[in-house]
Amino acid sequence: MTDNEKQTDSTSIELLSFRVGGQDYSVDIMSVREIRGSAKATSLPHAPFFVKGVINLRGTVLPIIDLSARLGLQTGEDTERNVIIVVDLGGRTAGLMVDAVSDILAIPTEEMQPPPDLAADEARTFVSALTIVDGRMIRILDLEAVMPPQGEEVA
Amino acid sequence: MSDPMAEIRASFFIECEELLESLQDGLQMMDDGDTDSETINIVFRAVHSIKGGAGAFGLDDLVHFAHRFETAMDEVRAGRFHPDGEAIRLFFTCADILGDLVRAARDEGEVPSDVTDPVLAKLEKLVGVEEEEEEDLDFTPATLSLDLGGLGGDLPDLGGDLPDLSALPATGAEDDDALPLMADSAELTAAAPIGTEPLDIGAPEAVVAKGFTVFFKPEDTLYASGNEPLYLFRALRDLGDISVVAHCGDLPALDTLDPDTGHLSWTVTVHTEEPELAVREVFEFVDGLCQLDITPLKETGAPIAEAPAVTAAAEAPAPLPPLDFAADLPSDLSSAPTAELPPLTPAPTAPATPELAPAPLPETPMAAELQPMPEAAAAVPQPAPKAAAKAEEKPVVKPVAKSEDEPGKPAASSAPAKATGTPTQPRATVRVDLERIDRLVNLVGELVINQAMLSQSVTEAGLPPNSPVSTGLEEFLQLTRDIQESVMMIRAQPIKSLFQRMGRIVRESSASVGKEVRLHTDGENTEVDKTVIERLADPLTHMIRNAVDHGLESPEKRLEAGKSREGHVTLTAQHRSGRIVIEVSDDGAGINRERVKAKAIENGLIPADAQLSDSDIDNLLFLPGFSTAAEISNLSGRGVGMDVVKSSIQALGGRISITSQEGKGTTFSISLPLTLAVLDGMVVRVDDETLVVPLNAILETLTLTDNDLKALGPETHVVQIRGGFVPLLDLGAELGYRQPLDSYVGGIVLLIGQEDGNRAALVVDAIEDQRQVVIKGLEGSYGRVPGIAAATILGDGQIALILDPTDLVGQASGRTRTRQPQPALVG
Amino acid sequence: MSLEVLAVDDSRTMRDMLNLALSSAGFTAHLAEDGIHGLEVLDDIEPDVIITDINMPRMDGFGFIDAVRSEDKWSRIPILVLTTESADELKAKARAAGATGWIVKPFDPAKLVKALQMVAG
Repeated sequence: MTDNEKQTDSTSIELLSFRVGGQDYSVDIMSVREIRGSAKATSLPHAPFFVKGVINLRGTVLPIIDLSARLGLQTGEDTERNVIIVVDLGGRTAGLMVDAVSDILAIPTEEMQPPPDLAADEARTFVSALTIVDGRMIRILDLEAVMPPQGEEVA
Repeated sequence: MSDPMAEIRASFFIECEELLESLQDGLQMMDDGDTDSETINIVFRAVHSIKGGAGAFGLDDLVHFAHRFETAMDEVRAGRFHPDGEAIRLFFTCADILGDLVRAARDEGEVPSDVTDPVLAKLEKLVGVEEEEEEDLDFTPATLSLDLGGLGGDLPDLGGDLPDLSALPATGAEDDDALPLMADSAELTAAAPIGTEPLDIGAPEAVVAKGFTVFFKPEDTLYASGNEPLYLFRALRDLGDISVVAHCGDLPALDTLDPDTGHLSWTVTVHTEEPELAVREVFEFVDGLCQLDITPLKETGAPIAEAPAVTAAAEAPAPLPPLDFAADLPSDLSSAPTAELPPLTPAPTAPATPELAPAPLPETPMAAELQPMPEAAAAVPQPAPKAAAKAEEKPVVKPVAKSEDEPGKPAASSAPAKATGTPTQPRATVRVDLERIDRLVNLVGELVINQAMLSQSVTEAGLPPNSPVSTGLEEFLQLTRDIQESVMMIRAQPIKSLFQRMGRIVRESSASVGKEVRLHTDGENTEVDKTVIERLADPLTHMIRNAVDHGLESPEKRLEAGKSREGHVTLTAQHRSGRIVIEVSDDGAGINRERVKAKAIENGLIPADAQLSDSDIDNLLFLPGFSTAAEISNLSGRGVGMDVVKSSIQALGGRISITSQEGKGTTFSISLPLTLAVLDGMVVRVDDETLVVPLNAILETLTLTDNDLKALGPETHVVQIRGGFVPLLDLGAELGYRQPLDSYVGGIVLLIGQEDGNRAALVVDAIEDQRQVVIKGLEGSYGRVPGIAAATILGDGQIALILDPTDLVGQASGRTRTRQPQPALVG
Repeated sequence: MSLEVLAVDDSRTMRDMLNLALSSAGFTAHLAEDGIHGLEVLDDIEPDVIITDINMPRMDGFGFIDAVRSEDKWSRIPILVLTTESADELKAKARAAGATGWIVKPFDPAKLVKALQMVAG
């Protein structure tokens, strides 16, 4: 690693940015296991509205979260173009269904800001930080909040 | 694991678990009245073996406890103590603690002495054996009590063979002095060592000779026991220089020699720095089989040879025939009867080399062919007792001398091919890391899925069913199933270990609440998946505690109710229609439904005016936050309720139900899938979704006719099946896939039978297939879904949910009750 | 001298340890689980010395020694008894049964070897 790239190590964080419901979001790339095309999900009875169902990810059952529904954004059409970002959070794996993956960004931590309190819309709960890249606001997703509740009956 | 001791240690702990199991078994049999000595022996042996291994690894706590337990069991074994029920209960406790100690040793933990000591004290008080001095587990020198009187007893039946050893050379003697060979015991006084230590009587203080004179006269029994004087002398030689004088005075005439009788005695002078103890150790094995006299050498280095000699002579009761042929015996130590042997073999210089004359056996048995020897000496021709025995079959005797090619070793006995390095081990087992098995299980699961996908492709390709591909696929299917079954068998193990743990729970919990409880078990050999066994431990423990604590009455109340003082808890396991059913029952008072209901109302679990059936009330026990004990006992009521038990069982794909009869007792019944991995299911379609219904839940399938259907309410239908009415459930609507249908006429129905005997009719849109599916848990990745047991992957790669019909029906009836007073789930 | 040793013990751990101790000393170890098994092994090999446990299922050490001693061709094979007891009583009993000597468990491998050499060279 050269001096020029130094900013990308301990003081910065790498993000995978993507578009969902017409907005720019991102997740810490360390949480991302893989990115794959959409597949027909098997719906789960009594599941929350944002749980699309489960798909077969090489033999394991992967719950799919419709992120636009989860974030209260306008629900895009369920198309073949959808992309699933497989994320891992403390051993739990889930697929986030998004419109498209945009980029990988290295953001210095000091450029990350907490989300303003005024933003009272539903999506606010799911954003852990904000940053500006090329004039666009990128929201950093709070994965913990997005994941479906676990360990209890989701009725 | 490269360290062989670490490996043995690990295997020791595994063996301990097996031993603990037989210990429990044995005690259980004793408790059931078995007084067979082999049963007691099993118990004894288990403790004994644990102690033996523990000693080897220096696990002192374990050795200490096991030793005292063993001592008690030895009293039983010897018939000096006859254990009653109380004693056997104490033995059980000891077994439990022994198990704790084993595991503590394994995990490098510790069992506090305030746990072990009181039990040991009780044990000793009960059995009446005082704690003995800690035994020195090392070699202990035998206490020698010289039995000189025994000498008379060895007077030979004269005639026959001679013992082989006449004399031994002094090892390490640097000079070439002739060996001391004495022909007559009468001359014993002259038996001073020659050559090894200069004897300077004139200046006794100048030479501080250390060592001992050993007078050694074997009795016949010594030879019979397989002991061999030669080796003893050689062991003495390891202590220091020795000189050996053989006394042949007892030798009978040759024609009266008895080959099985020894006639020789020896005086060995050993010069050593070692204490007398070391010398005595050499003779440990022959203590009592010989006349032995060990005398310290005088400071002058002169042996006190007179004493034993005199004794020996004095005690020899009968005059012996004169040894008139002494001159004919070879002086040659090699004792070789044949002339080819080198004459005198002087003491070799290398002390490590056993220099004893090797004495190839004469071609024919010695005694018969003793020929006059050229030189007079006491050395007696040969066969060592052992050699004599072997000589009958083999031309050569094992030589005493060390040599490269071991010429004396009977070739036939070497049997090198099969023997070398291959310890004989019957019933071989292989220990395999569980992870490897699980990987195999997963792979086979994938194989099953792949096979299903392949089948589907073949079908879609439109190949005729009797095409070679289809037939081949059929065989593939069968093989896959066989492999899968075999793999599952690897994971299965008898539920016995779990049941034994429950024995301990019963003992401990009954003791803590002052009840007398006997545990009965049945079906211990039922094989269950290892993971299931592990995950059953907690719920089962809780249920057993509940049974003891809440299920059974106090001894007084039992007597009042006309029952035996002792309460009974029964634990059974059995295979029943593709599932494992485990039941925990007690013969207690049964569920006090009034109290349960009152408690539920008090806790806000149900409305005060709720109308509940008996079974409804019983099932209240499974609600979160329910505690039955009016007063919290120190056993249960630890915040873990039957709701937790229920969810653990459900997590295993199992169900739990309860039946209770007032005054007679309560039974909890757990039904579990045989394996966590596969399931025979019916693949059905509901709306756009494909679902799998466990085949064992389906009683039959039928198509509804107008006549079968009865409307019970606006949304409620029942199906009339052979005179009975069965509630109709629209699966699509129940799972929220679609709205209820307008008409169910012509609909396909799966008749579901439940554990409790209730039935339900599930409406599906189509039945697609019947096949084995691999179970993929949902809980790990998502969570529990009501009415759904798990998921699977179908041939097209798509995930299908596996229905839990009982749960689904339970959900539905719960909803039905919504319109009536409904138990509101709290928490 | 390399000895061929038959070791009879029902405890797997003890067999493992004997095997280790014996083979480390350059001896050839043959192992058996109990007396009956020991006799079966004896049919195939002729050891220089036998080590046997006492308390074993099927046929215990005493029975085993008895059987060995009553067979002419085996009657002179030295037999060491493995015992956790150092009690004289047990030793006397072992000897009465025809044992040559004894080894107290747990054994020190060096002493085991020494004891073996004491009875079998």
